[in-house]
Amino acid sequence: MKNQDLNINKEYEYGFTTDIESIRAPKGLNEDTIKFISNIKKEPKWMLDWRLKAFNRLSSLKEPNWQKPKYPKINYQNLYYYSAPKSSSEKPKSLDEIDPKILETYKKLGIPLVEQQRLNGIAVDAVFDSVSVATTFKDELTKKGIIFCSISEAIQEHPDLVKKYLGSVIPLSDHYFATLNSAVFTDGSFVYIPPNTRCPMELSTYFRINASETGQFERTLIIADKGSYVSYLEGCTAPMRDENQLHAANVELIALDDAEIKYSTVQNWYPGDKNGVGGIYNFVTKRGACRGKNSKISWTQVETGSAITWKYPSCILQGDNSVGEFYSIAITNNYQKADTGTKMIHLGKNTKSKIISKGISAGNADNTYRGLVDINKKATNSRNYTQCDSLLMGNKCGAHTVPYIKNKNSTSTIEHEATTTKINEEQLYYCNQRGLDQEEAVSLIVNGFCKEVLQQLPMEFAVEAQKLVAISLEGSVG
Amino acid sequence: MLKITNLKATINEKLILKGLDLDIKPGEVHAIMGPNGSGKSTLANVLSGKNGYEIEGEISFNGMNLNDLKIEERAQKGIFLAFQYPLEIPGVNTNIFLKTSLNSVRKARGEKELDTLTFLKLIKEKAKELNIDEKFLSRQLNVGFSGGEKKKNEILQMKLLEPKLSILDETDSGLDIDALRIVADGVNSYKNKENAFLIITHYQRLLDYIKPDFIHVLSAGKIVKTGNADLGEQLEKTGYANLS
Ligand SMILES: Nc1ncnc2c1ncn2[C@@H]1O[C@H](COP(=O)(O)OP(=O)(O)OP(=O)(O)O)[C@@H](O)[C@H]1O
Ligand SMILES: [Mg+2]
Repeated sequence: MKNQDLNINKEYEYGFTTDIESIRAPKGLNEDTIKFISNIKKEPKWMLDWRLKAFNRLSSLKEPNWQKPKYPKINYQNLYYYSAPKSSSEKPKSLDEIDPKILETYKKLGIPLVEQQRLNGIAVDAVFDSVSVATTFKDELTKKGIIFCSISEAIQEHPDLVKKYLGSVIPLSDHYFATLNSAVFTDGSFVYIPPNTRCPMELSTYFRINASETGQFERTLIIADKGSYVSYLEGCTAPMRDENQLHAANVELIALDDAEIKYSTVQNWYPGDKNGVGGIYNFVTKRGACRGKNSKISWTQVETGSAITWKYPSCILQGDNSVGEFYSIAITNNYQKADTGTKMIHLGKNTKSKIISKGISAGNADNTYRGLVDINKKATNSRNYTQCDSLLMGNKCGAHTVPYIKNKNSTSTIEHEATTTKINEEQLYYCNQRGLDQEEAVSLIVNGFCKEVLQQLPMEFAVEAQKLVAISLEGSVG
Repeated sequence: MLKITNLKATINEKLILKGLDLDIKPGEVHAIMGPNGSGKSTLANVLSGKNGYEIEGEISFNGMNLNDLKIEERAQKGIFLAFQYPLEIPGVNTNIFLKTSLNSVRKARGEKELDTLTFLKLIKEKAKELNIDEKFLSRQLNVGFSGGEKKKNEILQMKLLEPKLSILDETDSGLDIDALRIVADGVNSYKNKENAFLIITHYQRLLDYIKPDFIHVLSAGKIVKTGNADLGEQLEKTGYANLS
């Protein structure tokens, strides 16, 4: 092995910026900013009131600081809370009206929005900075009664559904970042699947941060009505900038009786450079409520980007026999930090949860799994199985497992397994001796390590994710 | 095929190989015997390009200077090392590993990469020749394999990759009597005029099955004696004591 090969660090592939004129709210976090956002979106009064209520609560909340990754104080007054491509001030009615520069951006990202190049059988909602710029396959979905649109549009067109469910899983004053999001969220996706309907295609949102000094606060709300099924995937990228950018999203899922939601994330925000300068702060609140009996929510996440990732996609298992799952791959390289895991709150009888977490740490990175399994007194005969595996590459990175377990009834069982392994030189030597180069060897070992999670992703994305896993670790063994 | 001239290898400031010469021609089988710690595995590692050694002297392999090549390049050019202690790689499916390995070697040789179906057909055939149960192929690489199973898996890989020079480091240790015969048959059936073998062993019984053209005795980092196949039997009686 020649040493120079070990230092290659593949450039972040999506780090370009799109030079486009945008409309911004004035800098700073205050009532005027919120009114600006609400006004430009022509929101009804109830929505503005809701936002202002959240804003008022904010002053009584503090940023949490129990998580392992610490970060310099964020100056909330120095951020833009709304930035939209000028060309989209009126949402384009058809794809032909979208600014060609934006279309080009998504094409470069591998997410074609143009009719003839659409991703096969996947409906996409594309969010550029603060607004949704396109939603594809809408007509086909409408025929089945499925609503898939931007949250802004849903507020206009489906206010009853939004009013009923928004904030019903993540309450208005849940915690600092969630409340901040409630005050200033700008766009995101909305999905409603009517009773007994199986959504015929993958639904997907692609988030792109472009503007500088801008926070992205998107809001996603997915409702699966009785007996329905939907599989939803989000992907994210951002340009390379040497400032840290804040991304604080809220995602709420609601599954009614016998419904199932499968939510997958491939998060590839800009991670910062190899010295730890720049990158996205990914402070996200994701929570699903299995509200009905026999309902199921399954989170799958592949987290490879961001300077700091801090998120705990959770399931509240209210309905009897409901099922929550969490499959996670979190990769940190260079100076990235991740503190991620899940919460499984068992409230109903015979509820089941399963947690499979694979943390991979390389370079000087730090990776923490933090999870809560809470089995309530009434959740008789409930079960949890947790498996947390960590893989370390090199000697300078860290991996930590912090499981919190609360079991309040004797008929329930909780199983927890954890392993930590290290990719060692000898294994790589063995692979090299069989003709594999360093990259192939690492990718084979790492993909083997995360197999159980990769298998959960929709087919179309599994291959992409596998490549992403390999790319994010390139140059990390030495 | 392989010509080693005055090879010295140092690791952690310890000189292990102290001036070693060896000349292996196509079609030949060379055996290396010698006491524990004499440097046999070190020689195998150095030939494969393993990191961490300071090398002096020359190693030429089919006209190339081996010292210039990375581990995987040597492998792709036809050097195969059956490990004394094969590594376990958790999570990695044996079939996938073997396919990736074969295809990198094929690619380097300018041959077409095999698709999954063709590969599976091939690997099943080879496994059968070595009496390896197919179910091993879908297990994680070497994980939980017994000592003997790991060794057989090494020979399977050798037959799959079709190297020019196969270095077997104590492949016979840990094999039961039947497995030893199967492995030896595997080697013999692969042996031809174009390829060569360097077989490191402690026991004559392997050399009863695979007839070496030369036996070398390595002691304290040097080849102290070279003879024909009869040397093995002689060593079996007298030991290494009066050789160094
Ligand atoms: N990394 C290392 N650092 C220091 N000494 C080493 C290192 N690796 C090997 N050695 C030493 O080099 C010598 C030769 O080791 P090697 O493994 O080549 O012996 P061997 O002939 O294969 O022995 P065996 O028959 O027991 O397999 C031994 O004394 C060993 O302790
Ligand atoms: Mg040895």
